[in-house]
Amino acid sequence: MFFTYLWRELRRRARQAIFIAIGLALGIGLVITVTAAASGVKNAQASVLHSLYGVGTDITVTKAPTAGSGGPQSFGFGLNTGTASRPAAGTKIDTESLRGTGLGTISSTSVTTVASTKDVAAAAGGLELTDTKITGTIPAINSSGGSGGGFGGGEGGGSSGSGGQSFRSSFTPTTFTVDGVDITNGELGPLSTSKLSSGATFTSADTTAHVALVDSDYATSNKIKVGNKVTIDKTSFTVIGIVTAPSGDTPPDYYIPLTVAQTLASMKNDVNEIYVTATNGQDITTVASAITKAVPGTTVTDQDSLASQVTGSISSAASLANNLGKWLAIAVLIAAFLLASLLTMSAVSRRIREFGTLKALGWKSRRVVFQVMGESIAIGIVGGVIGVGLGFLGAAAVGKFAPPLTASLTSGTTGTATPGGARSFGGGGGFGGGGGGGGFTGGFNQAASNAASTVTEHLTAPVTIAAVLAAVVLAVLGGLIAGSFGGWRAARLRPAAALSKVA
Amino acid sequence: MYKLTDVKKDYAKGRGTVHALQGVDLEIADGEWMAIQGPTGHGKSTLLQILGGLDRATSGSVLLDETDLTRLGEGSMTKVRATTIGFIFQTFNLIPTLSAQENVETALVPLGVSAQSRKARSAEALASVGLSDRARHLPTELSGGQQQRVAIARALVKEPKVLLADEPTGNLDEDTRDEIIALLEKLWQDKGLSMVMVTHDTAVARRAQRLGTMRNGKLTVKQKVV
Ligand SMILES: Nc1ncnc2c1ncn2[C@@H]1O[C@H](COP(=O)(O)OP(=O)(O)O)[C@@H](O)[C@H]1O
Ligand SMILES: [Mg+2]
Repeated sequence: MFFTYLWRELRRRARQAIFIAIGLALGIGLVITVTAAASGVKNAQASVLHSLYGVGTDITVTKAPTAGSGGPQSFGFGLNTGTASRPAAGTKIDTESLRGTGLGTISSTSVTTVASTKDVAAAAGGLELTDTKITGTIPAINSSGGSGGGFGGGEGGGSSGSGGQSFRSSFTPTTFTVDGVDITNGELGPLSTSKLSSGATFTSADTTAHVALVDSDYATSNKIKVGNKVTIDKTSFTVIGIVTAPSGDTPPDYYIPLTVAQTLASMKNDVNEIYVTATNGQDITTVASAITKAVPGTTVTDQDSLASQVTGSISSAASLANNLGKWLAIAVLIAAFLLASLLTMSAVSRRIREFGTLKALGWKSRRVVFQVMGESIAIGIVGGVIGVGLGFLGAAAVGKFAPPLTASLTSGTTGTATPGGARSFGGGGGFGGGGGGGGFTGGFNQAASNAASTVTEHLTAPVTIAAVLAAVVLAVLGGLIAGSFGGWRAARLRPAAALSKVA
Repeated sequence: MYKLTDVKKDYAKGRGTVHALQGVDLEIADGEWMAIQGPTGHGKSTLLQILGGLDRATSGSVLLDETDLTRLGEGSMTKVRATTIGFIFQTFNLIPTLSAQENVETALVPLGVSAQSRKARSAEALASVGLSDRARHLPTELSGGQQQRVAIARALVKEPKVLLADEPTGNLDEDTRDEIIALLEKLWQDKGLSMVMVTHDTAVARRAQRLGTMRNGKLTVKQKVV
């Protein structure tokens, strides 16, 4: 009787029922589409971040450089620090140094501390270094290079002058980047995203060996092959393998064992980046804050905070999906719920005598209420089914018509430059100047990474089972809400309403 | 069957109060047929609703056999309506989306009767009002007289002790009216029901055993002179 009665009633007001169902369907379809688009954007972000960052790395720990320590600003010729005097013209310069890159140093014991923090599965230290080699001859200078700025006249800065230009052109600076990687934790850290394209990777025997992996792009442009000898900080290394980083990544040019890197850079017991995997992927934020507490003074970056550093259409897509889309879906859903409730109420008002009669026949209020609720839940379910269909269509449309997303990383994760470093290259502070502002290497690196870390991702909007379930719950909820308004009305009816004058 | 003592019923109407029943005393014997007449708006329907447990008296007592309806909780009152009382309305009040037989079945729903026996009993009840061939018709496909027959079947399928009819022929033409009254009279006799019928029609009222008149919320009962 319940279903017969329910079905007949819905058929009688089929138009209204379809109208309500479509309203709910639109709301639910929008919720599914937006959820799918949002998770698509999130996936795209994650894959961007992974390619920039390393698969399996949930969190990184870095430290801002403190003045006068470890940062690039101390780079110099070695002979001029603290003096205003210049080397004599004609002096041959051939210098090479391996330094930490715009990141503060973290003690190796912090890696152990991080590793033993609650919910941390593994932690690996890394040392990001830049090798800078400058060769040339000091030219004769016809004008003073500036008292504060050292030699650095600059194309980008204020103190540009012909003297600076000609001075600079007589040097050949070469820089390349070197990552010291923790071999015992090979699955974590900068190597984790890369694919070995030839040769072999590090083994546990390589901890102190002078062996290197070379990035494939760098290897190609410098014609380096497996088995070649290369020089890093005046030390000879054997190339044992060539690795390819995913597109969009900013890989270092060389990977060498961490211990070797620490020795070469005179940074024994120091790292400048810690890569962390959490045991539970859900709880990154909690783990991140636990690490912040455990190792004070560090910058703990998880993917969410990293995502906020990503710019480009991917972040507009993210805010579109997360803000506009979400609110639009909620607004439409609320409108649909309201509409359903109002129409159900009015449908009950038109059936006062009918429900009064049923009560006069001895139907319990509860049974009448169930009948009313049943009707609107049935409408809700139909709306949910249509809505899921619309949601799949919407998600497919997003995947099909959405333009490719681009992502750029604005501030460094791979240890590029501090703001000082970025500013200094073309500006008034010079390399070798007594009190120069920032690093040479930083400037290079920043430029390189800006060029390299724009990634294009195609947006797919996956509809998850959870989203479909949530939609069904929403649909039933919509029906339930509408039904309870109607049901509440029906429940309050007295049986004497059977004799009411209104039909 | 019934014993009413000083039954009053007030309705709140706007700011004022309508005293619809102003102290009704009435006894109805088992198997008795009583007609109630009176001008519109003088409390006939109100009295019938109170007899049928559709509404509650404001004061006084309404004994149905041994139970005082004014003291019953909502649940027991619902049960009394479901088991003991059959009610017929002037406007038939069939559920518009249900067929004749399904309408009759609605009266058995609260009794927890199995679907199968519900169908059988409803078909039987429809047969007793001469509508077996209309079982599958919707109310809109039936004439007024046929609709009221379905309503009578619905009222009687539960085999109640009391049949209450509020102007059952008020919406019917004369020929149909006579058919319906004849049917009700026959069923009353066959089933040994107590029957209270509100009617404007003196010809109908005269067939009852007793005739009451409602005026200004008060009931005067005349024993029928045979
Ligand atoms: N639900 C109600 N609310 C307020 N007043 C009512 C209600 N039902 C009936 N009345 C009033 O009670 C009086 C008696 O009504 P009723 O019993 O329907 O009269 P009758 O059936 O004799 O025409 C009338 O004045 C009517 O307006
Ligand atoms: Mg009346």
